[in-house]
Amino acid sequence: MSDPAALRGGAEALAAPLPPLLVEAQRLAATVIMGEHGRRRPGHGTGFWQYRAALPGDPARTIDWRRSAKSDATFVQEKEWQAAQTLLIHADGSAAMRFASSPAYPAKGERAALLTLALAVLAAQGGERVGLLPAHHPPRRGTAHLVQMARDLAAADEADFGTLDAGDLPPHGRAVFLSDFMGDLAALEAALALAAAREVRGALVQVLDPAEETFPFTGRTIFESMTRRLRHETLDAGELRSRYLARLAERKARLGELAQAAGWQVVTHHTDTPAAPALLWLWGALSMREVA
Amino acid sequence: MPVLGPLGFAAPWLLVALVVLPVLWVILRAVPPAPVRRRFPGVALLLGLKDGAQQSARTPWWLLLVRLLAVAALITGFAGPVLSPQTPQAGGTGPLLVLADASWADAPDRDMRRTRIAQALGDAGREGRPVALVLLTDPPAAMPDFADAQALAATAATLTPAAWEPQPDAVAAFAAALEGDFDTLWLSDGLARDSRDGLLAALRAHGTVRVVQSPAPVLALRAPLPAGGGASVTILRSTPGPEADIALAAIGPDPAGVERVLASATATFADGTTMAEALFDLPPELRNRLRRVEIVGQPSAGAVALTGDTLARREIALVAGTGTGETPQLLTPLHYLRQALAPSADLIEGQPLAEVIPANPDVIILADVATIPADEAQALRHWVESGGLLLRFAGPRLAAAGPGDDPLLPVRLRAGGRSLGGTMSWDSPRKIAPFPDESPFHGLHLPDDVTVTAQVLAEPDPDLSAKVIATLTDGTPLVTRAALGQGRVVLFHVTANAEWSSIPLSGLFVQMLQRLAVTAGGAVPDAQDLAGTSWVPDEIMDARGVLTRTDTAAPVTGEALATGIPGPGLPPGLYAGTDRRLALNAVAPDRVLAAAQWPASVRVEGLEQTQEMPLKGWLLALAVLLMAADAIGSLAVSGRLSRVAPVALAGLALVAAPQADAQDATAYALQATDRVTLAYVVTGDARVDEMSRAGLAGLGRALAARTAVEPGAPMAVDLEHDEIAFFPLLYWPVTADEPLPSAEAYRRLNRYLQTGGMILFDTRDAGMAGLGDTSPEGRRLQVLAAPLDIPPLAPLPPDHVLTRTFYLLHDFPGRHAGGTVWAEAPPPDAAQVEGVPFRTLNDGVTPVVIGSADWAAAWAVDDSGAALVPVGRGQAGERQREMAIRFGINLVMHVLTGNYKSDQVHVADLLERLGQ
Repeated sequence: MSDPAALRGGAEALAAPLPPLLVEAQRLAATVIMGEHGRRRPGHGTGFWQYRAALPGDPARTIDWRRSAKSDATFVQEKEWQAAQTLLIHADGSAAMRFASSPAYPAKGERAALLTLALAVLAAQGGERVGLLPAHHPPRRGTAHLVQMARDLAAADEADFGTLDAGDLPPHGRAVFLSDFMGDLAALEAALALAAAREVRGALVQVLDPAEETFPFTGRTIFESMTRRLRHETLDAGELRSRYLARLAERKARLGELAQAAGWQVVTHHTDTPAAPALLWLWGALSMREVA
Repeated sequence: MPVLGPLGFAAPWLLVALVVLPVLWVILRAVPPAPVRRRFPGVALLLGLKDGAQQSARTPWWLLLVRLLAVAALITGFAGPVLSPQTPQAGGTGPLLVLADASWADAPDRDMRRTRIAQALGDAGREGRPVALVLLTDPPAAMPDFADAQALAATAATLTPAAWEPQPDAVAAFAAALEGDFDTLWLSDGLARDSRDGLLAALRAHGTVRVVQSPAPVLALRAPLPAGGGASVTILRSTPGPEADIALAAIGPDPAGVERVLASATATFADGTTMAEALFDLPPELRNRLRRVEIVGQPSAGAVALTGDTLARREIALVAGTGTGETPQLLTPLHYLRQALAPSADLIEGQPLAEVIPANPDVIILADVATIPADEAQALRHWVESGGLLLRFAGPRLAAAGPGDDPLLPVRLRAGGRSLGGTMSWDSPRKIAPFPDESPFHGLHLPDDVTVTAQVLAEPDPDLSAKVIATLTDGTPLVTRAALGQGRVVLFHVTANAEWSSIPLSGLFVQMLQRLAVTAGGAVPDAQDLAGTSWVPDEIMDARGVLTRTDTAAPVTGEALATGIPGPGLPPGLYAGTDRRLALNAVAPDRVLAAAQWPASVRVEGLEQTQEMPLKGWLLALAVLLMAADAIGSLAVSGRLSRVAPVALAGLALVAAPQADAQDATAYALQATDRVTLAYVVTGDARVDEMSRAGLAGLGRALAARTAVEPGAPMAVDLEHDEIAFFPLLYWPVTADEPLPSAEAYRRLNRYLQTGGMILFDTRDAGMAGLGDTSPEGRRLQVLAAPLDIPPLAPLPPDHVLTRTFYLLHDFPGRHAGGTVWAEAPPPDAAQVEGVPFRTLNDGVTPVVIGSADWAAAWAVDDSGAALVPVGRGQAGERQREMAIRFGINLVMHVLTGNYKSDQVHVADLLERLGQ
């Protein structure tokens, strides 16, 4: 590896996916903006909400003197939001997410990363702070941060199935977890419990390959996980289909239960379908309008 | 060998293994197919699932059948099946003598004979009979030892016939040496021969004799003979058959020295005859070059007739002294020469010496030519030294020429000569003395009536006697000879006409000329001529009629050559003597072919037999094919065929990939260099590429309309494959997701920039980024341009030459206005000569211009010339478009003219100096 030309070639190949991914995410985000005409953009936390009469205990510097000067009473200006919302996105980058049953479909991880960035673009345009879970960098505003996010997303995870560390969830924020949720659900359970406790609302996106949904296998087969740590041998894969599908349905139901308990929403996204509807759904689900 | 119908088996017990096939069927049926390994994240959901009760997938029956067939083919193949096996031929038990004539007549079907001998050896080996192998062209002197048949197999496979026929005395000696009891298999060459009967009787005394003889007739050629202007060839066949046409080819070197067919002819055997004649009508030039005549498609020494030099006629140039005026016919010096030489040589006459020498004749005869111009003498001497024979005759002019040291004369001549009644008076005409032993004329008969009345005399030099080859009775030289280089100069001290002597009137004259090899060729020398001579084999012919040059073969005596019958020490071929090349042909000149006749009691077989056909290889190949089919079937069953097939097909496609690239590249280069051509880099985004094309087309229109530059249609450049060196300007729109060029493409780009090319980068983002990384295109540009060899850049200074190469410009708008344009930074020490920084690098042409104004969109026009993209608003927008076009024109002018406009500032100074 002492050949600098080879090194640079490798580095360029590594760096290459970033800008195109970001560009694609921006294009994707643009479709959502086009599709949601008339949506009121939330303010930057400085938007006027209402005046109310100052009460004892209000600090003197919060009094709106201009309004108060028009009458005898003193008024305080209430802002709609004091601060921008924080959106945290967890995109599963584990080995399982690198699976694509056909070269015609993107890998699950690619689709998850695309949705993540597109969501981040939308949020950044809306003035929200965006960050990734697990957090390499604190959530920030602005488009420059997107490049950093794209770079962080490219980091690969060598675990078989994704785990979730929700320790960084800020209270009252929004969160999106994108994964295939094929691994142990305990971490998710814990994260959702924590989210519910911190009043974080959000959405779960289960990204699945069509093959995982239909199980189109027959004959004697050894199934291996992407890292080959798990294996299962069967003499007739076709015979397993119904039971596999039952387990998958059970898992989806379990996800639904967990989400419902935390006040989250769930969607299953397949990599053979376009990303735009999923993004639209996500944006709607996350819509920053306060849900009473 | 056990035989089963038309099939025999070498190892029949192996067939027992076929019994296991049903067992194999059961086993294969029970074993499930090999598992497919699949990566599948859903495995997490599968863990713990149990298979249904023994519901394993089974191998389909047709796949099993293919496998069983493959195994069956393997077993049968190894059992050694043979189609139509040879049943042993009514054989005996004792030793077997395999006898082959092995003459040239064997050569055409040599391989069949080898096979037949190998088959006889194989049969004998199976029956355990010892075998001896004897070739009659090279028979052993004593009874050969019988040996194991296998040991002889290798010899039999390389058995080579000889180019001659069995020698009668050798055959007789062999017949006398036979002893013991043995059977004989005699492979006859089919030609009748006197020695056959004796040998056959001797062989039958020792055991039974079987004869193998091909019924096909043997063809042969006799040596070609001169006939009229060409050559005639006699063709022989061994059996009188129906009418038949035989194609013949006359072969010799072409002027370049390459052997080729000079002429073709057809000989027709009349019904029932064994002899036919073919006539080649050849011009002299071709006839001289003729080397051999062949029967087409008959690879045997008998079917090739070498000509040697019997057909070649020497070219002789006759040159007489000039100025003789109206000499009567019989007195011209050349008349007798012409009469003597014309029948056997081609004459070149009536031309001056200067034109004769370049024709390179074999002999030049100068009759009484005294003075030769210096340059012609030089050429003539050169010709002699490289092997020519110069024959000179004396005469009044030569006699009058006086003493001199002419190298083209063998001796120095005394002035005046002598004649009967002259100063050196003769009392009577002299006669010719008998020729001495060492003289080439030795042995010629001297007619009594030949007298000499006048001659030129040689100066008595010390080496005179060595040069004299004929004298008069008084000892004065008549003919002298001297070597000059590789050639010879011969002087007759008399005239070539009957003026000075009666020699030209006698037959002696012709004989002397022949002896001097003036008329070499013609008739084949007879035994008397050849006696005592020695001949070196030059080219030797093998049994198949192929000539091989040799320089190692031992010389043969003329007597042996005279017999005309080749033998072991006298292979047919070309033999070189002192000045002739004689051909010895496999077929003697008087040979008549006849088919060998055998007594009715001898069994005669044809050469051809039904061949054993071993099927082992075919069956094994079938097994391999079936296994391949099984592999494909297995892949198909396990669902992996679709993954493997593209790889296999791609491999095939790679193998069969046509090579049409070179032609495309040439057409591309022609298109690019036919006119000045603007080019744009293909980004992969169809809309951007189309806009680039339309933009450059619009710029091209403007250039053609306003300037002397008339560009061709813009060309798209794929950096990976296309050569860019042809283009003065490369427009490179930057898109955010443009793929990075390869290292090789970057090398080309850097070479392009170093050698004066220019790239116009356009980020098309209206200066949002300002060369920073805040727009995707800006970031992409940084990545794209990083490996490029670009000098330091700076915003275009207002005094840059780009602002005035054609139009005077202050800003450089495209579809967007107001962006910054970057170009190579002025050198830090750029002298401000009247406000113009000068640069010398790249002839002052900046290698890159980087901007963001989306110029292509501003330039773009459709086919009718109408602008494609709106620019700005109203009149101001049109002005902006005009400025964009002006910028494009300035840019192209800058690329094409370099710093020419910068130099214009000196014009005033230069004019002022010129004025002084």
